[in-house]
Amino acid sequence: MSFISNTADQKIEMLKTCHVDSINDLFRDIPQNLAPKSFSIPEPKSELEILSFFKNLAAQNGSDLTCFLGGGFYDHFIPAAIDALVSRSEFYTAYTPYQPELSQGTLCATYEYQTDICRLTNLDVSNASLYDGGTALYEAVQMATHITGRKKIIVDISVNPVYRKMLKTYANNLSLELVETGKGIGLCDRENIFSVLDKNTAAIILQNPNFFGFIDDHSDIVEKCKSLGILSIQSVYPVALAIIKTPGEQGFDIATGEGQSLGIPLSFGGPYLGFMATRKEFVRKMPGRIVSRTVDNHGREGFVLSLQAREQHIRREKATSNICSNEALCAIRAHIFLSLLGKKGIRDLASLCVDKAHYAMETIKKIPGVKVMDSLPVFNEFTVKLPVKTTPVFEKMLEQGVSAGLPLGNYYPEMENCLLIAVTEKRTINEINRFAMLLEENICQ
Amino acid sequence: MTPQDRRYTKTHEWIKIEGDLAVVGITDHAQESLGDVTFVELPSTGQKVAQKGECAVIESVKAASDIFSPVSGVVSKINDDLESSPEKINTDPYDKGWIFKLRDYNKEEYETLMDAASYDNFVENEQ
Repeated sequence: MSFISNTADQKIEMLKTCHVDSINDLFRDIPQNLAPKSFSIPEPKSELEILSFFKNLAAQNGSDLTCFLGGGFYDHFIPAAIDALVSRSEFYTAYTPYQPELSQGTLCATYEYQTDICRLTNLDVSNASLYDGGTALYEAVQMATHITGRKKIIVDISVNPVYRKMLKTYANNLSLELVETGKGIGLCDRENIFSVLDKNTAAIILQNPNFFGFIDDHSDIVEKCKSLGILSIQSVYPVALAIIKTPGEQGFDIATGEGQSLGIPLSFGGPYLGFMATRKEFVRKMPGRIVSRTVDNHGREGFVLSLQAREQHIRREKATSNICSNEALCAIRAHIFLSLLGKKGIRDLASLCVDKAHYAMETIKKIPGVKVMDSLPVFNEFTVKLPVKTTPVFEKMLEQGVSAGLPLGNYYPEMENCLLIAVTEKRTINEINRFAMLLEENICQ
Repeated sequence: MTPQDRRYTKTHEWIKIEGDLAVVGITDHAQESLGDVTFVELPSTGQKVAQKGECAVIESVKAASDIFSPVSGVVSKINDDLESSPEKINTDPYDKGWIFKLRDYNKEEYETLMDAASYDNFVENEQ
């Protein structure tokens, strides 16, 4: 049986009905300069050829490096149970069921994931997840402009530069005004922030711990924003939330973040996991789907998609967002990860990260000429200033099997001597000592 | 019975003059078609609205529908009770289910709207 649904005869018949001679005639309206030069694609390959092609491609990933690279994505341990459980066909095959209530298992898992996110962020409601940390932050911006009817967004440069770039791309063709505050390595720049807040400001975006690794308490900024009717958005690292002051405790209206650190492997381009939580009063402006627990007409517990009137298929052009899906499998991974660790486990994990990062700071501090930015508290990531440019050192260490961190010059041109180093629970004392030794050697050369 | 003391729009809102204010709600026919109302997004007081301008949203179990102002004016009061009891739109659409009140409303626009008999006729022909 042919899987090509239209036979040659049927195609001719359809073209005749459309009064055109060929399929290409259907694309006549596309100007020549915009049309693809050709549709020629490579010849088909056998299964064996495809396997070897992708194997070679995958081999280009440095998967056996000792990883001190962070910047929003972290090398945490992933328990084997996660792969085993999400590979169950009930989870693996059901993407977003179009009659969602048929998939009670998926909805139940998603509901529990939402509960996890609410508890981590200390906010009232979470959606069923978004694509990644950056898009989640953009969705929070959209939410704030809908709620306030204002168009100006303040974002501090201590927010992940990748996210800021995404915001700029999204805002490019919208009537949004993005204002950046801040100067350099340190906490967000309060003086600068307070000078730009006004009655046209929809929201402020801050990050905790911030991109340079520093932990802050933004309560004072949030309070000032509230007095001006400005919404506050915090981008957070979920593992850190186990022990640092949560967005809810600091008074934030919306929290977003990247959920990769919760049991999702590091990979180029994802799939990752965006999460978002907010206060109950804003639930109708929150994008995406929300799973709720209810009872049926026999009083039995069940799960349903709720508040769907905000979504595209009902609200059409007035939908809160064009997000009409979620990152279901990744959200379930995050839920399994958090369930396996439990309340105590996630705190232990966070404490281990802090301890190891601080050991690394102390060790690196002893290297002559290296300055560790440790005047403020950090979680598991910190910035160091080298006496030389970072990139060549980073490249040499890659050859030695170590991913040394993130050269900050890639994002902040004036910081070409700075390196952002992340230490997770996976790094051993020997790995940290070797890292410091190699760093010292490569600086001296 | 469609109340005689007010006017009606083709989008199924009613408007009633009460002293200096004009009260707006949706008709019994409208609430019947929407089904159980679960949420009402109210306008803000002080908001200027144009005739036929969108100024509220009613969400029901079936759909989300915009409410259009029957005349232009300025929103002076909103029915806060609907936040906790949106079902009042179903149970009492012509009285306790009112949505907002306008001040400085346009009287000429009001005069052009349908009376109860014309509205009943309109609904009958629409079906």
